[in-house]
Amino acid sequence: MTDQELKAKALEVRKGIIEGTHAAKSGHPGGSLSAAEVFTYLYFEEMNIDPADPKKADRDRFVLSKGHTAPGLYSVLANRGYFPVEDLKTLRHVGSHLQGHPCMTHTPGVDASSGSLGQGISVAAGMALSAKLTNESYRVYTLLGDGEIEEGQVWEAAMFAGNRKLDNLVVIVDNNNLQIDGPITEVNSPYPIVDKWKAFNFHVIEVADGNDMAQIRAAFDEAKNTKGQPSAIVMKTVKGKGISFMENQVGWHGKAPNDEEYQKAMDELNNTEV
Amino acid sequence: MADVKKIATRESYGNALVELGKQKDNLYVLDADLAEATKTGTFKKAFPDRHIDCGIQECNMVGVAAGLAATGKVPFCSSFAMFAAGRAFEQVRNSVAYPKLNVKIGATHAGISVGEDGASHQCLEDIALMRTIPGMVVMCPSDDVEAKAAVFAAYEHEGPVYIRFGRLAVPVINDNPGYKFEIGKGITLREGSDVTIVASGLEVGEALGAADMLAKEGVNAEVINIHTIKPLDKDLILASAKKTGKVVTVEEHSIYGGLGSAVAEVLSEEMPTKLLRIGVHDTFGESGPATELLHKYELDAEGICKQVKAWV
Repeated sequence: MTDQELKAKALEVRKGIIEGTHAAKSGHPGGSLSAAEVFTYLYFEEMNIDPADPKKADRDRFVLSKGHTAPGLYSVLANRGYFPVEDLKTLRHVGSHLQGHPCMTHTPGVDASSGSLGQGISVAAGMALSAKLTNESYRVYTLLGDGEIEEGQVWEAAMFAGNRKLDNLVVIVDNNNLQIDGPITEVNSPYPIVDKWKAFNFHVIEVADGNDMAQIRAAFDEAKNTKGQPSAIVMKTVKGKGISFMENQVGWHGKAPNDEEYQKAMDELNNTEV
Repeated sequence: MADVKKIATRESYGNALVELGKQKDNLYVLDADLAEATKTGTFKKAFPDRHIDCGIQECNMVGVAAGLAATGKVPFCSSFAMFAAGRAFEQVRNSVAYPKLNVKIGATHAGISVGEDGASHQCLEDIALMRTIPGMVVMCPSDDVEAKAAVFAAYEHEGPVYIRFGRLAVPVINDNPGYKFEIGKGITLREGSDVTIVASGLEVGEALGAADMLAKEGVNAEVINIHTIKPLDKDLILASAKKTGKVVTVEEHSIYGGLGSAVAEVLSEEMPTKLLRIGVHDTFGESGPATELLHKYELDAEGICKQVKAWV
């Protein structure tokens, strides 16, 4: 797909995030929106996947380590054809296959259960190691929040993946600078983020604007061409990106739009030119 | 008893993995820098390409195992019970059990029979922790024969399994042609009419010794080996309780949450029966030779006999 076509898809993904969280009356729109472009790029351009065969053995895997942004993952899966977009309105409802945090036994296309921060990257490292052990060609992608990397387990996994030279693993850090209790620099700063991943033997790719499709494409191409070490894409993004009143507002980390806010958000998205 | 063969169930674990590894090429063993102690070093030697030493990071090890299982491999994660069930509890719950992944946890060095390392390493809570996780099978084999059988059964079982092994060499008690291991099926080792002693792990051997001593005192004890604490063999326990009217549980674990609690739950709901729980009573362990600790905490045959006799 062209960047232009991908941007149009990302806009649909954003609409799904708003639909889902509004219908759920809870959930995490802020970090779902900041990652809308990377979700879109992974599922519409980067990964070897088949929505008609979600379990195909040689598929690339994606682990949403920052599992609370499930609305973003569900929206891209729905838009990619894993299940009807209409299902997004059942998010977090009793009996829905769309749980508050991703669960691989519930939702077609979800490769790992996650949500307890810091755990997804270990599972992703295990999948990447698995491919190496039996000479399989699939690649593994995992998306982490910049607050999430405060978790110690992230660095256990990073040490493990770097030491084992898992060059089929791509860690993406959604660096939107906000976590629940405030700016990451005020809560428990994980900076310098880039230096940390380098120190753990990752090839680090910095993306100045992680909401820009061309820059995302360049980063994933560089990761694919990196041999002998795992890649970490550290991308600067805007939390709440695409909805004017949500952008850079920490309050939208884990709050759903009410009816009025929903209408305003959808109007904005419907009037966004790609 | 001098010529009775003794072997620690952690040794049996390592040996069983090597045997199983020869048959199953999708079996992988993970360690967290304790391969020598967990006895998986034997597997590492036999199958270096299928042994993954994660270094000192139990939480990551469990996550990596989840990733291996999600991609079709059968990983056995090894560490001390304190770290496998304790430190990595939440990874076991969320990364493994919630998505029903086929991960086996081989936890060695459980109970006070860890000995000299002391309370920090003597896990008395692992059965309680693991038992509460939905879908988790929890086993605590009593000797070499049973430990090996448990490893083979764990491999065949689809889903998460926790197996508890010990550091101390214990007598082989199941070395007979009629022995059959089935997950969730207890074994009556001695018939009796006055009291039922339900035991797991190394306490099965001690309970048999206690039953011999009790017989001399005129108490005829039935001894049941519960190698699988979850799912629990309710029918066997209830039938025996109905016969004897008195039940004693013996475990090298806190009396809270383990075998004693599991049996208490069944009895109190289905057939209220007089119950004595023998185990560790709301306290941490301490350093010392394992056999001396078992004696001090009245978890050897003598201590069990004494407690049962006073109560029965």
